[in-house]
Amino acid sequence: MRDGGGTTKGIAVRGVSKVFDAAAAAVRALDDVSVTIHENEFFTLLGPSGCGKTTLLRLIAGFESPSAGEILLDGAPLAHLPPFRRPVNTVFQNYALFPHMSVMENVAFGLEMLGKPKREIEKTVNDMLRLVRMEELRDRATNKISGGQQQRVALARALAPRPKVLLLDEPLSALDLKLRKEMQIELKRLQKDTGITFVFVTHDQEEALTMSDRVAVMSQGKILQVGSPREIYEHPAKRFVADFIGETNYLEAEIVASGHGQAQIRLSSGAQIAASLPEGGRLTGKVTVVVRPEHASLTLDAAKATFSGRLENIVYFGTDTHYHVRLADGSLFTVRMQNARGHEETDRINAEVGVILAENAAQVLRD
Amino acid sequence: MARGARLRRPFSIKRQPGFTAIALFCFFALYAPIIVLVVYSFNSGNSIAVWEGFSWRWYRSAWENDLVIEAATRSLIIALCASLAATTLATMAALGTTRTRPYRGLTVVYALINQPLMVPEIVTGVALLIFFALIKVATGYTGLLYLITAHTAFCIPFAYLPIRARLEGMDLALETAAADLYATPWRAFRRVTLPLLWPGIMAGGVLAFVISLDDVVITELVKSAGQETLPTYMLGQLRRVITPEINAISSVLLAISVLIVSVFFAFSRKGD
Ligand SMILES: Nc1ncnc2c1ncn2[C@@H]1O[C@H](COP(=O)(O)OP(=O)(O)OP(=O)(O)O)[C@@H](O)[C@H]1O
Ligand SMILES: [Mg+2]
Repeated sequence: MRDGGGTTKGIAVRGVSKVFDAAAAAVRALDDVSVTIHENEFFTLLGPSGCGKTTLLRLIAGFESPSAGEILLDGAPLAHLPPFRRPVNTVFQNYALFPHMSVMENVAFGLEMLGKPKREIEKTVNDMLRLVRMEELRDRATNKISGGQQQRVALARALAPRPKVLLLDEPLSALDLKLRKEMQIELKRLQKDTGITFVFVTHDQEEALTMSDRVAVMSQGKILQVGSPREIYEHPAKRFVADFIGETNYLEAEIVASGHGQAQIRLSSGAQIAASLPEGGRLTGKVTVVVRPEHASLTLDAAKATFSGRLENIVYFGTDTHYHVRLADGSLFTVRMQNARGHEETDRINAEVGVILAENAAQVLRD
Repeated sequence: MARGARLRRPFSIKRQPGFTAIALFCFFALYAPIIVLVVYSFNSGNSIAVWEGFSWRWYRSAWENDLVIEAATRSLIIALCASLAATTLATMAALGTTRTRPYRGLTVVYALINQPLMVPEIVTGVALLIFFALIKVATGYTGLLYLITAHTAFCIPFAYLPIRARLEGMDLALETAAADLYATPWRAFRRVTLPLLWPGIMAGGVLAFVISLDDVVITELVKSAGQETLPTYMLGQLRRVITPEINAISSVLLAISVLIVSVFFAFSRKGD
């Protein structure tokens, strides 16, 4: 972790809060948020509607100013810079293309405002339009192109001035699934090619996991966890994070021994297994442990099982099958297993089955 | 089947008894007098009621009448100055009332701006008459500025309303986007807000121009001696001999108004 350093390249958000004074009550849209976004990183803010993602972007872009805390870019505070002086561009959720200008004029706008020479503008605009594959439609009015095309124009317009940071506010949410997948790949390619820091907002967990270098999971104005997609998925630190991303099983457990980020825990079935501890602070006593459904498997051999239960339901998904097992304490545990050829359906509903946890499958939560 | 279909038909004003008759009467009351007026402007005789044959005589007569030309020129000058000033002020007022957070007293501000729509014109006229009289005595100035000022004042709400409507329909995110792309507030206004606002400003300007061109009551009260505008000149003529020259002048005024408004509509259609 390179957090906190004033000289690091990239964006440092330090203890930022944002309170909106609405007529009746004050809304705390961001609550003491600190995070560092590295240079050239594809960084994603992931969280449910209203958690403060857009607010954080608007603070970085300078459309709002923080109620407390500060934001640094490459070590320098941004507070005194108005939006038009910040080397930060935005792809807006609704694109906000200028309706009275053509595709080309939209892309050229930022460069013109920067006072670049005509020839350079022309060249950059051409490059950008080629990059987003919009050369043919350069003279079209922006309200006479499709949603996906508008999105690409918005992208080209924001990239053309070569900002240090590109902010993208749910840019793909208006697109249909196929176009969305294409654009995900294209965005990732653009980020690699340009080396610009991307701060990407989404509430789609799959999108966040597939595209990002690192993900910050947000809830109610706070950042709950920051990490690589794998860390976030396999080692969620909090119940909300585990819940928000993918399917999860929760098990009640007690810590028997701990050290070096690992712990021995005793499950309510009595079995003792190893589990990973979340970062920061000691944990003792009763805890909740999460296990992803694909990190468990079923067995009929009671000796191999970590714990057992009654097979209640089988749901076939094509590539894999979900098995719902009712445990002794009444909770439901889901096991996901890949379907393989020749692997006959031998499991029977209501049979007593054993559950095996893969090595390192259990993750202790902070809450 | 047919009955069921009729029962299910939604209410329509068009099918109420007497609808056609009332509609026809309204159109008749609106347009018949104007048609008669225009027709008699081409009368070759001296009467505005007895048709004696077609001629351009009264148009020529009006064109050669120095008083008419002078009044028309004055009208155009006043309308041009007043509509320009009113539109500029209205644009600023509209920006000031929509580009802020709603605050208490905003409705009062709306009311203040739109005052001329609510206060009877004759009251405003009398007030201006007295007020300007004081200034005339104090300064000795008796020029056209009084009329231009008065016209500007009562034209503001007519220019303000279409501009504000346009502004309210405008996406604020566009100005944010301009700022994001390195446009200073002034350049964002010049390059984004103003072009998008333009149809509203044109509408407001045209409306103000036509309203000013057409004003009688306030002009009559505010004007100094010899400052006839076309409408007050016509009013004065009506008190004396009535010849089809009045019809001819009226027809020209009508033609100008219709022309301006049509040009504006064609323009605003293209803008969207
Ligand atoms: N200008 C404002 N005035 C008052 N409250 C605001 C304002 N902008 C945002 N909020 C509030 O702040 C909170 C966070 O809003 P924000 O737009 O950042 O959410 P978000 O995470 O972007 O949500 P979404 O996914 O729906 O876009 C919300 O409760 C919202 O109602
Ligand atoms: Mg948002």
